Amino acid sequence: MSTISETRTALPTGTWQVDPVHSTVGFSVKHMVVANFRGGFGTFSVTLDETGLRGTVDVASIGVSEPNLNGHLLSPDFFDAERNPQLSFNSTAIRVEGDKLDIDGELTIKGTTRPVKIAGTVTGPVAGLGDTTRLGLELETVVDRTAFGLDWNAPLPTGGFAVGNDVKLVAELELVEEA
Amino acid sequence: MKLLGIAGSLRAGSYNRQLLQLAADNLPGGVEYAAWDGLRDLPAFDEDEENTSSFAVGAFRSAVADADAVLIVTPEYNGSIPGALKNALDWGSRPRDTAVFRGKPVAAIGASTGSFGGVWAHAETRKILGLMGARVVDAELSLGKAGERLAQPDDELLGQVRAVVDLLVTEASARAAAA
Repeated sequence: MSTISETRTALPTGTWQVDPVHSTVGFSVKHMVVANFRGGFGTFSVTLDETGLRGTVDVASIGVSEPNLNGHLLSPDFFDAERNPQLSFNSTAIRVEGDKLDIDGELTIKGTTRPVKIAGTVTGPVAGLGDTTRLGLELETVVDRTAFGLDWNAPLPTGGFAVGNDVKLVAELELVEEA
Repeated sequence: MKLLGIAGSLRAGSYNRQLLQLAADNLPGGVEYAAWDGLRDLPAFDEDEENTSSFAVGAFRSAVADADAVLIVTPEYNGSIPGALKNALDWGSRPRDTAVFRGKPVAAIGASTGSFGGVWAHAETRKILGLMGARVVDAELSLGKAGERLAQPDDELLGQVRAVVDLLVTEASARAAAA
C-alpha cells in the first residue's frame, strides 16, 4: 500500500491572535559594514483570519542594547515616532506549500507604504496548555530602509557608511486560536 | 507660536546676531519672539551634573522647552561650530529622556564675511541636532559676504530669512496639531 502525504496548501481557518510573551518582532542591519546589529520591538499585535495576516508595531517600544540609541531611533532622523507611532503590515496574498510560506503584503513604515514579499514557515497547529490551540509562524523579509525615508547615515573614514541600507525584519510569532 | 532665537556668537557686533535680528524683525503674524542670550553663562557640560539645578542651565532648558521652535544663527569657527554653542546644545541634549530639544523644530543658519557663509558649521549643527532628536527643518541659509549683505538687506535675503522662519512655523504648527 502506498502512502499519500498531503501537502498543506493553506493556513488553518479561524481567527488567531498573537501571544506577545512568546513572540518576537526584530530587525538586524549591518553596522560599520562588518557586523549585524540587532534590535526589536516590545509591543505589537498580529491577527491571522480569513482576510489574511495583519499586524501593527508600536515604534516607541523599540529596544536596542544602547539606551541612548533608542532616542535617536525614535527621532526624525529615523522612525519619527512622534508623527508615525506605528508600523503596520497587511497581507495581500498568502501561498502555502507544506510548511513553507510565501506572503505578499504592504508594509507601512514612517508613513510610507510599500509592497514586500515575506518568506516563512508555519508550524502546527498544536494543542497547547490551557485548552488553547497554537500556530507558529516564522517570517522574514529584507527592506531598503531608505525607501521608507529612514535615510540617516554617517560616512566612515576610509569609505562606506556606518549603517547599512538593507534591514532584515524577522517575526517569530506564536498565534493562539480564538475560542 | 513662540520662536526662540539663539546666536552662536558672543561678539557684540556679531553678524550672526544681526541676521537673527533680521529674522526677528520680519516675523509672520502670530509669531512671538524671544532671544536667549546666555551662552557665556553656561558652565562646561559635565555629565555628572546633567540633573543640575544650576540657574543658567535651568534657564536655558526652560527657554527651549517654552518655545515651539528654535532658530539658531551661528558663525563657523575653524570649520565647525563655536564651542560655546556646542556646550549649550550638549546641556540641552541631556538627560536623554527629558531632553528639551527632542522633537523640537529647529533651523540652523548663519553668516560669515567669507564666500561660503559658514556652511560647514550649519551642516554640523544640523547633524548635532538630528542626533539630539530634534526635528531639523529642511532649510539652508549660509550667508556669505555678511558685512555687505547685512548692511542693507535686499529682498532676496529677506525672502530667504522668511522662508526659514516659515518652515519652522509649519513644523511647529504640525506638532501642535498632532499633540
